[in-house]
Formats: sequence, C-alpha cells, structure tokens
Amino acid sequence: MSRTKKHVLAMLAAAPLLLASGHGFAATGQEASKPVKPETESRGEILSLSCAGCHGTDGKSASIIPSIYGKSPDYIETALIDFKNGSRQSTVMDRHAKGYSDDEIHLIAEYFGNLSKKNH
Amino acid sequence: MSISRRDFNKLLLAGTAGSAFGLFGISNTAFAARKRVVVIGGGFGGAATAKYLKKLDPTLSVTLIEPKAAFVTCPFSNWVLGGLKTMKDITHTYTALRNQYGVNVIADRAVAIDPVKNSVKLSSGKVIGYDRLVVSPGIDFKYDEIAGYSKKIADSSMPHAWQAGPQTVLLHKQLQAMKNGGTVVLCPPGNPFRCPPGPYERASLIAYYLKRHKPKSKIVILDAKEKFSKQGLFTKGWERLYPGMIEWRSSTGGGKVVGVDAKTMTVETELGAVKGEVINLIPSQKAGKIAFEAGLANEKGWCPIDPASFESTMHKGIHVIGDSCIAGAMPKSGFAASSQGKVTAAAIVNLLRGQEPISPSLVNTCYSLVGPNYGVSVAGVYRLSEAGIVEIPGSGGLTPVDATDDQLEQEALFADGWYTNICKDIWG
Ligand SMILES: Cc1cc2nc3c(=O)[nH]c(=O)nc-3n(C[C@H](O)[C@H](O)[C@H](O)COP(=O)(O)OP(=O)(O)OC[C@H]3O[C@@H](n4cnc5c(N)ncnc54)[C@H](O)[C@@H]3O)c2cc1C
Repeated sequence: MSRTKKHVLAMLAAAPLLLASGHGFAATGQEASKPVKPETESRGEILSLSCAGCHGTDGKSASIIPSIYGKSPDYIETALIDFKNGSRQSTVMDRHAKGYSDDEIHLIAEYFGNLSKKNH
Repeated sequence: MSISRRDFNKLLLAGTAGSAFGLFGISNTAFAARKRVVVIGGGFGGAATAKYLKKLDPTLSVTLIEPKAAFVTCPFSNWVLGGLKTMKDITHTYTALRNQYGVNVIADRAVAIDPVKNSVKLSSGKVIGYDRLVVSPGIDFKYDEIAGYSKKIADSSMPHAWQAGPQTVLLHKQLQAMKNGGTVVLCPPGNPFRCPPGPYERASLIAYYLKRHKPKSKIVILDAKEKFSKQGLFTKGWERLYPGMIEWRSSTGGGKVVGVDAKTMTVETELGAVKGEVINLIPSQKAGKIAFEAGLANEKGWCPIDPASFESTMHKGIHVIGDSCIAGAMPKSGFAASSQGKVTAAAIVNLLRGQEPISPSLVNTCYSLVGPNYGVSVAGVYRLSEAGIVEIPGSGGLTPVDATDDQLEQEALFADGWYTNICKDIWG
C-alpha cells in the first residue's frame, strides 16, 4: 500500500462517523453484493492495462509486436526480468521493464497468464 | 497539489457519499438504476475510457459524445505527409465501440456542462444526466499570440495540421503543389504542447518526401524553444538521411515568430523575415474549448486534476484526461491520453462501487519516424507520488544515440505495429 493511501485511510479512520456513512452507503448500492476483487488481482489488472497500448487489448497483438496473451506466467515473468536486468536484448522493453518492481512484474505475469487460461 | 489537500478532497468525497449531492451526485432513488457515465470526446483519451468502462463493468451505461462520424488520428498524419500512409489508413469509426462494446455513441457536440445538476447539454438541445463525467476534448489554439495570424489564415493559407483531418489534407496538397527548390517553413510552438516530438518527426517525413520528389527544396524550422524533444536523435538522423536539407533555428537564434503576412507568405521573426512556399505554423495551445466553458481550466489554460483518479479539482464528479489535463511528468500524447483513460475507467468503476481508486500505473511510448527504416522512441513509466505523477527513476528514456541500423529499423517496424495495436485497443 502506498504511503498516500495509508495516510488517507488513517485520516478516514480518525473520522469514524464519515467512514460509517460511506460504508452504509455502499451497502445500499446496487453493486454492493458483487464480490470485491482481491487487491492483488486488481493491482495486476491495473498494471497490465499499460501493456495493451502496444501489445493489444488483453495482450492480443494484431501486428509485428509480440502477443502476451497465451504465454505462461513463467514465460512472461522471465522475459520481463531479463529485459529489466539487460540480459535479454530489446529496443524499448528494457526501458519499460525498469519501471516495475519484481513484485509488480510477478503480478503482471500472473494476470496475463491467468487471462488466457480463463478463456481457453 | 499537496498531499493534504488531496486527502482532504477524498475525505470530503467519502464524507458526503450518503448525502443528496454526494459521490453519485444524485438522490438515493437513482441507486437502483444503472450508473451512467458520460464521456465527452471520442479521441485517444475519451474513446479509450468509454471502451474500458464497458470492458471493466458491462453493467454501466456509457455514453460517448463526439461530433465527428469518424476520427482521424494525429499519430501517423506525418506519415501521410511523407507519402507512407493514406488518410484512409488513419481514419477510425465508432462502429466497434457501438456494436461490440455497447457504448451509446451520440454524434453531437457538448455545448455546456452543469456540474451541480450533473448534466451535459448538446448542441441539439438534448440534456444528458450523468453519475460521472469524463472530459477529453483535446486542444484548442491561441490564435491571437502572433500578429497577422488568425484561424481564417490557418484554414486557408498557413495550416497548422495539429488536429488531423482537413488541416492535414491542406498541408499535404500544399507540399505536393510546391515547386522543386521551394522552402517549407515549419514553426513549432513553445511548451507545453501536444506531442513534443511531433514537429520534428514532421520535418523528417516532409524531408523524406522532398528528397524523393523535389530534392532542391529545403526546410527551415523556426522554433519557439531553445531545445526540443529527442533533439540528439533527430539531428543525427537528419545529417544521415537528409544532409543540408533541414535548418533548425532556436528561439534566440532567429526562431521566435512574432508575426506573419499571409499575402506575401512571410514569417516575421525577431531577427528578420523568412519567406516560404509552404508555411506550417503550429500555434501555442490550451485545453479544449468545453473545458473553459465548464470552468475546468486554470489561468494557465489547462485543467488541474487529482492524479489518483483524474477527477477535476475544480468540479467534483468530472474527470479530465488527455491533452487538456495537467498530468505531471506525462507528455501530451495519444498514448498518454489512452493510458489515463484506462486508469480513469478503473477509478470510476471503483468510485461508483463506493471504493477507493487503486493507485494508478501510467505509461507512455512515443515513436517517431525519421525515415521509413529509421525509428526512434521515448518511453516513460509513471506512478503517483507525493509530488503528483512522476516518472519512475531509472526507467524510460530515449533510443540510445549509438543505436545500430538494425535497432533503428526494428523501432520503425514497432512504430507501425504500435499504431495498429493502439488504434485497435481504442476504436477496434
Ligand atoms: C502531428 C502529430 C503527431 C502525433 N503523433 C503521436 C504519436 O506518434 N504518438 C502519440 O502517442 N501521440 C501523438 N500525437 C499526440 C496525440 O494526437 C494527442 O496527444 C491525442 O490526440 C490526445 O488525446 P485527447 O483525447 O486529449 O484529444 P483528441 O485525441 O484530440 O480527442 C479529442 C476529441 O474530442 C472531441 N471534442 C472536442 N470538443 C468536444 C465537445 N465539446 N463535444 C464533443 N466532442 C468534443 C474532438 O472532436 C476530438 O475528437 C501526435 C500529434 C500530432 C499533432
């Protein structure tokens, strides 16, 4: 959790009345009964949205750029780590991979890996 | 913006959630209905938001307001000028958004926003209510900063071609009509502006066209800046591919444009006049018109936002993305606008469920073509910090200056691949 978010939550916790009204509200909302996505999965999805700009929606490429969809989590994670530490040659992927922590790379790999499993 | 202010806004948001004008801006009776998100502008930011809202939560009602029946992208419009693509190649319709994703696309212009009643008025007179509004209207031009210049002149003799469509066609025709040995004058604006490397990719691809068809011609760049995006890479590419053809003058080196005379096709600089057969003046820019009319822009002409959700700091419930917004370290690019659109779609889905937005991850890659087999790029990965949207240290950056010919060719191929995929990701 980011420092910013922790700070916000701390502030909210210090205002129990406000927090309570927020929750009560959510419970009456139409979407409240829907299962809330676990934080890690959502984070993986948010991170993965960035990839679609070049690799296509859901990582399905329609061009010379390689697809991510259909690759295994292991393959994706290894590729990204190798781009990051420079052991795999690239044009632009090294510059992108350096923007993600190893944990984030793991989440991205899991997200894309599971996406193709889900739809097969 | 300071963190305390942002936290305060969030606190306010959470605190008013149960009240009549709270998080959803409407009374409790509406909660049973489908949540309505309205998006203004079907360009890189707006169309991406509309698509990803439906992708992330198909139960939402999503309306996209865009006056044009088809969108012509600025990306690759320089390739059209160079003869490498056609206007058809860079035109995209809203058919897939409408039919495959269930977005309600309305071909009209938004003329007013009521941030209290949460509604948008269209030029037809129709009024549309929203629970959340996304505004991505792109840019508008400051026509009054240069003596003798006006919108009329831009539309007739000195096109900017900085919004793709008829302007691109006009500039293309002028280049084709120019005699061998003519001068093309290209005037890039000062910062900040849409697509920082764009004017220099344009110079490159016009040079590519001239070298093949009118080799005695030249290009003079009169710049409002002292330096420019990917300067080392462009300069090296120009020397290699178009030696002696492109002359760049910095702002203090005679580049600053102070006036134009359309009759004599002359550009007046601080250090004298320059004549051109073709004059491509790109004026200074500001947020799209509707952003001003709705009170979303600040005195500098751009829209301040909360970087966690791109919600306006001027009006609650309205998110501003793309070129119009102030997105910290991110450049004004189509890639950035679409990345912001996706992050905003995810934030809105969460907010409408009464949840906090997940901390965003943002990205940009801008490819520029120096020649058909000669591509260069700048990349960036961005996160939220206490200082707003910042680039992750050690990530991103430029194509290395010593890149091999193979790498440059690869980047040119990836540029083409990028365009195919991002357009499909947004409008496909
Ligand atoms: C020559 C050139 C080359 C470029 N190359 C690249 C590139 O290679 N890569 C890259 O990432 N970026 C590139 N860009 C930048 C890119 O075009 C912009 O950054 C991007 O279009 C911004 O997206 P946006 O959604 O903010 O605005 P736009 O894409 O301009 O979309 C705005 C839309 O809003 C609509 N609109 C405006 N007002 C209203 C209203 N009142 N009601 C309804 N609709 C309205 C407009 O009709 C328009 O369709 C380039 C730009 C130029 C000029």
